[in-house]
Amino acid sequence: MRDIPNSFRAQPDENGHFGAYGGRYVAETLMPLVLDLEREYRAAQADPAFREQFDDLLEHYVGRPSPLYFAERLTEALGGAQVWFKRDELNHTGAHKINNCIGQILLAIRMGKTRIIAETGAGQHGVATATVCARFGLPCTIYMGATDVVRQQPNVFRMKLLGAEVVPVTSGAATLKDAMNEGMRDWVANVHDTFYIIGTAAGPHPYPEMVRDFQSIIGQEAREQMQARVGRLPDLLVACIGGGSNALGLFHPFLDDPDVKMLGVEAAGHGLDGSEHAASLLGGSPGVLHGNRTYLLQDEDGQITEGHSISAGLDYPGIGPEHAWLKDSGRVEYTAVTDDEALEAFQLLCRTEGIIPALEPSHAIAAVQKRAKDMPTDSIILANLCGRGDKDIFTVAEKLGVEI
Amino acid sequence: MSERLASAFAKGRPALVCFLTAGDGDTAANLDALVAGGADVIELGMPFTDPMADGGTIQNANIRSLAKGTRTADIMGMAAQFRARHSDVPLVLMGYANPMVRRGPEWFAGQCVKAGVDGVICVDIPPEEDDALGPALRSRGVAPIRLATPTTDGRRLPRVLEGSGGFLYYVSVAGITGKQQAAQASIKDAVARLKAATDLPVAVGFGVRTPEQAGAIARVADGVVVGSALVELVAEHGEDAPEHLRALTASLAQAVHAARKD
Repeated sequence: MRDIPNSFRAQPDENGHFGAYGGRYVAETLMPLVLDLEREYRAAQADPAFREQFDDLLEHYVGRPSPLYFAERLTEALGGAQVWFKRDELNHTGAHKINNCIGQILLAIRMGKTRIIAETGAGQHGVATATVCARFGLPCTIYMGATDVVRQQPNVFRMKLLGAEVVPVTSGAATLKDAMNEGMRDWVANVHDTFYIIGTAAGPHPYPEMVRDFQSIIGQEAREQMQARVGRLPDLLVACIGGGSNALGLFHPFLDDPDVKMLGVEAAGHGLDGSEHAASLLGGSPGVLHGNRTYLLQDEDGQITEGHSISAGLDYPGIGPEHAWLKDSGRVEYTAVTDDEALEAFQLLCRTEGIIPALEPSHAIAAVQKRAKDMPTDSIILANLCGRGDKDIFTVAEKLGVEI
Repeated sequence: MSERLASAFAKGRPALVCFLTAGDGDTAANLDALVAGGADVIELGMPFTDPMADGGTIQNANIRSLAKGTRTADIMGMAAQFRARHSDVPLVLMGYANPMVRRGPEWFAGQCVKAGVDGVICVDIPPEEDDALGPALRSRGVAPIRLATPTTDGRRLPRVLEGSGGFLYYVSVAGITGKQQAAQASIKDAVARLKAATDLPVAVGFGVRTPEQAGAIARVADGVVVGSALVELVAEHGEDAPEHLRALTASLAQAVHAARKD
């Protein structure tokens, strides 16, 4: 039998461990900085002015709270549970990523850092980082896998318009993992003046906790909005997972509500049977990468294997350590959907709701599609629509064999 | 096992530590060339898909080695064969956490003992995560060799030293392996600070390429580590690498061994 903790919201411990996961697996050069960052984050948490500035920017710059939306026609089409969406794709820059970037750049400024670096996969985090850097007048370098640079051209141009330097990374499979390696290399060489804005709830402590906290605005709002609109909490929360920040942002404020079930959706790519997927939890095993211990796609020697997903934002061989812990504890259920299923869900949402979702939340929508029909019509599914699909129309057109 | 390391630093002169990536080229022949050239300590790099602390030269060596299909078992085999050929030259494994802890720390430490490995340098296990590997190594007499860097301040240094063994590896630049060089004055000050805090020998690495640089550092430190410059020779000369490695190692060794302390 599993030990049920008193609270699922009390992680990590003082060393940044989520059970057996997390931690600070970084080179010695970075350790003093990571410890500084933690001290500064604690001070910021205790400083009402920090929260005030964060909230003010979220309201007036990002456009929060994001709406809670009942997807009536999708619900009808699926014929089961009511489907609701948290509309984080309506945020400034088109995804949930900006919530975290606002928090981290305020910290960077507090710490007196004068240069920002970040990695990006789909480009959403890169765009959000470039955006806050423009807003606060800090120079910014974004590392992006060369493969992703090709498949996410619109976001590359956006970043450049915003004044960022975009550095294509050609090592490895030239995707998100390799961009993160290059970000770490830059960071270690420029610790004195550089702040690394990590885009997901992963990396060395305190990043997983900090990113989760900044993203928790999603779940906090959703909780209040649900209570106000229907007078109760949802039965099932659904969110896609690459590194897992949008999912944690939605899930975390509900973790201690035993009646709220949660489903994290990984990218099954071409299927979990082969190696062409990005499902670290369902198809991987625990190991150490990019500063934390977590589930990874790896071979028996601990070499990291390349993930695959139609969605550049989910194409990462690891996952935030809190998800690893939530999986082992059984609090959150995890599943995976394939490229084809996500593509179908993408089109379904376009036609039923007039919303073009990003390919990342299209994975969540595909999972909703599977679950909703087996649930009673008075039950409520709340899914996080964490990004809009404008950036993906070229990828989708290519998959559908359409020339644009 | 760490006696071999201790005696390498107790020859009454500074020690030359030479790094190569395992499985990149003919590792046995290349390591023998380092020994023939006068290397006092061998650092054998375990290739990893994601070498986050390495510059282009060693990244590429990692990629070449893995592309040839180098497995952990092969690396342990190379170490064991080296030990059979060179009973008194210390051999240290250097690499990243994941390949080391994949089958558990006890397994890895046991393999090190079997292969005659004297010490282990793990780039991404800081003292804060020592439990991931340190106890398993120490209980078997394999030295956990820690890194100190320009960012390791006095407050933190005791934590780095606690539980470390073999020698202390001073990373002279805040950065990745490769071509940047640290100023001689900063190295001298840093080594003096480290020596005041520990009895372990202090070896200095990162960005050391030429006999002149190595000789200058050897005047203020107990050892000098050279990596990328040697790995470049393997990349450039392939199966002819041993003669080039031997020549560079010999000139480095001459400069290091002859250095007089300031």
